[in-house]
Amino acid sequence: MKRLKGIGVSPGVAIGPAYLLLTGHLKITRRILKPEEVTREIRRFHRALEATIKDLEEVKRHIPEEMVHPLSIIDAHILMLKDPSLVRETEKLIKESLVNAEWALRKVLKKYQQIFKELGDFYLRERIRDLEHLIDKVIFTLQGQNNHVSLNQPAVIVAHDLSPADTARLRPDTTQAFVTEVGSRTSHTAIVAKSLGIPAVVAVKGVTEEVNPGDLLIVDGLAGEVIVNPTQEVIEEFLDRRLECQERRALLTRHAKEPAVTLDGHRIAVRANIELLDELPLALELGAEGVGLYRTEYLYVTRKALPSEEELFETYRQVVEGFKPEIVTFRTLDIGGDKFATKLDLPEEINPALGLRAIRLCLKSPALFKTQLRAILRASLYGRVRIMFPMISGLGELRRAKTFVQEVVEELQKEGLRFEALPAIGAMIEIPSAVAIADLLAQEVDFFSIGTNDLIQYALAIDRGNEHVAHLYEPLHPAVLRLIKQIVTAGHEAGIEVAMCGEMAGEVFYLPLLVGFGLDELSMNPQSIPAVKNLIRRLNFTECQKLVEEALKLSTPEEIRVLVLSWFEERDLTLFWDYF
Amino acid sequence: MLRKEVIIENELGLHARPAAKLAETAKRYRARIYLKKGSRKAEAHSILDVLALACTKGSVVEVIAEGEEAEKALSEIVALLSSRGA
Repeated sequence: MKRLKGIGVSPGVAIGPAYLLLTGHLKITRRILKPEEVTREIRRFHRALEATIKDLEEVKRHIPEEMVHPLSIIDAHILMLKDPSLVRETEKLIKESLVNAEWALRKVLKKYQQIFKELGDFYLRERIRDLEHLIDKVIFTLQGQNNHVSLNQPAVIVAHDLSPADTARLRPDTTQAFVTEVGSRTSHTAIVAKSLGIPAVVAVKGVTEEVNPGDLLIVDGLAGEVIVNPTQEVIEEFLDRRLECQERRALLTRHAKEPAVTLDGHRIAVRANIELLDELPLALELGAEGVGLYRTEYLYVTRKALPSEEELFETYRQVVEGFKPEIVTFRTLDIGGDKFATKLDLPEEINPALGLRAIRLCLKSPALFKTQLRAILRASLYGRVRIMFPMISGLGELRRAKTFVQEVVEELQKEGLRFEALPAIGAMIEIPSAVAIADLLAQEVDFFSIGTNDLIQYALAIDRGNEHVAHLYEPLHPAVLRLIKQIVTAGHEAGIEVAMCGEMAGEVFYLPLLVGFGLDELSMNPQSIPAVKNLIRRLNFTECQKLVEEALKLSTPEEIRVLVLSWFEERDLTLFWDYF
Repeated sequence: MLRKEVIIENELGLHARPAAKLAETAKRYRARIYLKKGSRKAEAHSILDVLALACTKGSVVEVIAEGEEAEKALSEIVALLSSRGA
């Protein structure tokens, strides 16, 4: 057993075999049996089943007596492996379809996946993960401790780094966790992992050398720990923790769809940050009141050709219809030329964070920008849509971007489309210059959305992907709090709504401050919504405003952290820090 | 054949632990024991089929027992399902 430390960027605990993304993989193949092989194959299946059950019983025996539940999750797992329906159906497939045990098990699992997918209850639906994990173990045993892991079976993805294109190729249903050698709290891996609810640990030095394909890994996405080939006691401890997390989550999720109103009646809209159409059902189930940030880069980074207007429109329409009657906030393309799967013919940049990206790239590539705007505006006829521009640094850019929208609207009207109301237009506030002129920008947009990841990066001059300075990235820096205050004040004085859609918006620790600032909307990865709503309902808006006043008087992040911490403790609210 | 309706009282519904407890209990009897919710039926000692019935808190479930010691099995399982801690 070996413990490796990294940065936990997406909470949750996963246990599974390692899949090194660099290496090739072995698939489970279907073998057709001769009729006389059937009896032997069924015996082989039972032997593997019994060996797996024995392993689990062994685990149980090693748990110290005082920790033993009268009936632990291990018992539930053993019962799943002994399940009469499961055994019967697998045998039946081997006998009647003449297939090998691995293939039969996979088919039976698929049947259960289908049944569980339909269940209305989130907690129960998630139980299929336990079965997947167990069947995997049996298949491992069948294959004689085969070290190869296929991407079609549940696995922990281990890689040096994961690009947006890499993560897009992975199947969310079989990816148990991400572990990467590089990265930070706000890197792409972290964001995708959080939005899909997959535990992730980044910046784990040497992980690709330490881990061999098929090694059993425990990944703790909150503590930032990876345990390679854990002992059975450690496995049991983690399985129980995982169950506890899931049970808490089920309780929180029950009230997720109700609005978030403070004790003194102040309502805050809680919306989702999404990137994929696949995230829609989960976001709705977890209580998203629409989308505060729809990242639209996915279709551009995953394929060789640029997406067509029709393709974009079709995806956008489904998202807009899916969230109707709630609003969907489209952020127009927010990437640099280097990120496109199809390389745009643009020069390589030394400092892409300060280079030609986001709205700058769009304004420079009218065809690219207009295609996307056309698709968004067409989709807006199917529900409620807002549009926001990323990386606005001054009025000139904003006005030019708005002109594009106007032109596209006129084009579409000429083509016969009728707009009853045009989408609201907003500016992302994420560059310090935009904060300085927030009062001017507020006169020309319908809403602001604060992108804290970039705002903090640009305000503090910290590259969040650089491991040597990443620890200096500090949301509680007094400068950051003053910037937020200034943005909210400017927005509210002009009578427009101010939202926040950065990572900070989904962290419960910052919530009393964010509520106190008077933000009208918080948008976050869907997984954080139940916990955030739950805490908002226990806060008092007036008290939060006072907390902000106090915080703004302090001079260092440390002092502010202590203030917030003791504020939580005085009110006995620390309980609500955990994600679930 | 004996039947009795119960309302699930556990906060999380018939989740993994209670379903395991149910299966363990059912296995001790030689009677055939089923759970029926709406039009769907599951063997009580198949934890997977029981979970798939999706018995959330407040669900009305019919317990069916037949064969040896059916009466005793039925009353023990009904008690188990209607207890809050199950």
